[in-house]
Amino acid sequence: MANLINLDAATYKDLMQHYIKTQDEKSLYQIEQVSKNFIKNNILPEEIVNLHIQALSELYPNLLEDFQHSMDFLLEAMISYGLAHQEYQKLREEQYALKSEISVAASMQDTLLGTTKPEIEGLDIGVLSVPANQMNGDYHHFVKGKDGTLGIAIADVIGKGIPAALCMSMIKYSMDSYPEESMSPRNILKNLNRVVEKNVDPSMFITMFYAQYIPSESKLHYSSAGHEPGFYYNAENNTFEEIKSRGLVLGVSPNTEYNQYELKINKDDMVILLTDGVTECRDGDRFIESEEVLDVIKKYADLPAQEMVNQVYKHFERLQNFQLRDDFTLMILRKRV
Amino acid sequence: MNLVIDIVDENRKSIVNLSGEIDAYTAPKLKEAILPLTKHSGHLVEVNLEEVNYMDSTGLGIFISALKSTKENDSQMKLANLQDRVLRLFKITGLDNIIEINAAIRGGNE
Repeated sequence: MANLINLDAATYKDLMQHYIKTQDEKSLYQIEQVSKNFIKNNILPEEIVNLHIQALSELYPNLLEDFQHSMDFLLEAMISYGLAHQEYQKLREEQYALKSEISVAASMQDTLLGTTKPEIEGLDIGVLSVPANQMNGDYHHFVKGKDGTLGIAIADVIGKGIPAALCMSMIKYSMDSYPEESMSPRNILKNLNRVVEKNVDPSMFITMFYAQYIPSESKLHYSSAGHEPGFYYNAENNTFEEIKSRGLVLGVSPNTEYNQYELKINKDDMVILLTDGVTECRDGDRFIESEEVLDVIKKYADLPAQEMVNQVYKHFERLQNFQLRDDFTLMILRKRV
Repeated sequence: MNLVIDIVDENRKSIVNLSGEIDAYTAPKLKEAILPLTKHSGHLVEVNLEEVNYMDSTGLGIFISALKSTKENDSQMKLANLQDRVLRLFKITGLDNIIEINAAIRGGNE
């Protein structure tokens, strides 16, 4: 460090001398580079003022005494800045350490909560889940039952960030502990509600939509625990309708019962499931209405489900200047035959 | 956006007038204002949401914890004058069935 200062003391003096004579841009550019190098090496502001004083006294030994005193005064004034700068460096290092710890947690979460998009004959599935920050408070999961049915969960933890993400692991492990035989959506929600109610902070809750697709009957059984309603696309009439379902969010009231509904799915029909990160998108101060989400989906309806989902996401990401306010999860299922 | 909280205390009743947005940034302030009011047995907390034009799910979380607290402390909470967008949230989540909501006053002398 001392070497660097000595080396730069000479450079500083030369550059200053040159600039005083010529006032050219080049020496200004060069001192900028030197200054960046100072910052990189944690040289404090008062050390730079000191360099300046030294250079001045070498170049102008007969400089007015009053002026020299004023420079010493400035030197003293810079000392607090120096302390603040050291504090800033320390915080930066701490922040860096925290960030890398969070990213370890985030990748662990990915591993814990990972689900693979299943291959189901005759069903085209697209799904995308993007966290607004490092950790995702949205969750989706597929379970292939032994009887050929497909269980589909989509959920959103209220309370953002790390606590929300941790809470999701609890949900996932409760679901994994259920027996292999497929359980009905209403019973799954009823069970999860009890787990969540006992284990989370009173201001935290979870919304979940749970569906079970039965290929042999071309039917979807579903229940909702206060989740943002999805949409059903009827290919024959070319219409979208909201998937109606009522049910209390998970974690509020211990003995909640859930209604179960049934939907017949025909060829080319679609089921669109989402979280409120999709419907709470904002374009400036304007909110996106759900019709607008459907318009965008319609626009890409000719694409395979996964590409549709990707394109819809890109659309809303652009609209919000690539700054998600909330975790975004969108899932589209289309019956192919 | 900000949230302005104005509390009028009457005998055994507090009216909480809110104005602005309830989101992750303003929710802690709301929680601090409302929760203590629910701790007195027999007390009624009436929350006027007429001037609240946006609420996200964090806001719902605050009202859920306030509701839980009214049950523990034998107090009562009512929400009044919800704008459509805010009311929609309570309906989707099924909370309109367990929280007393009076949405009808909105629009004046009906």
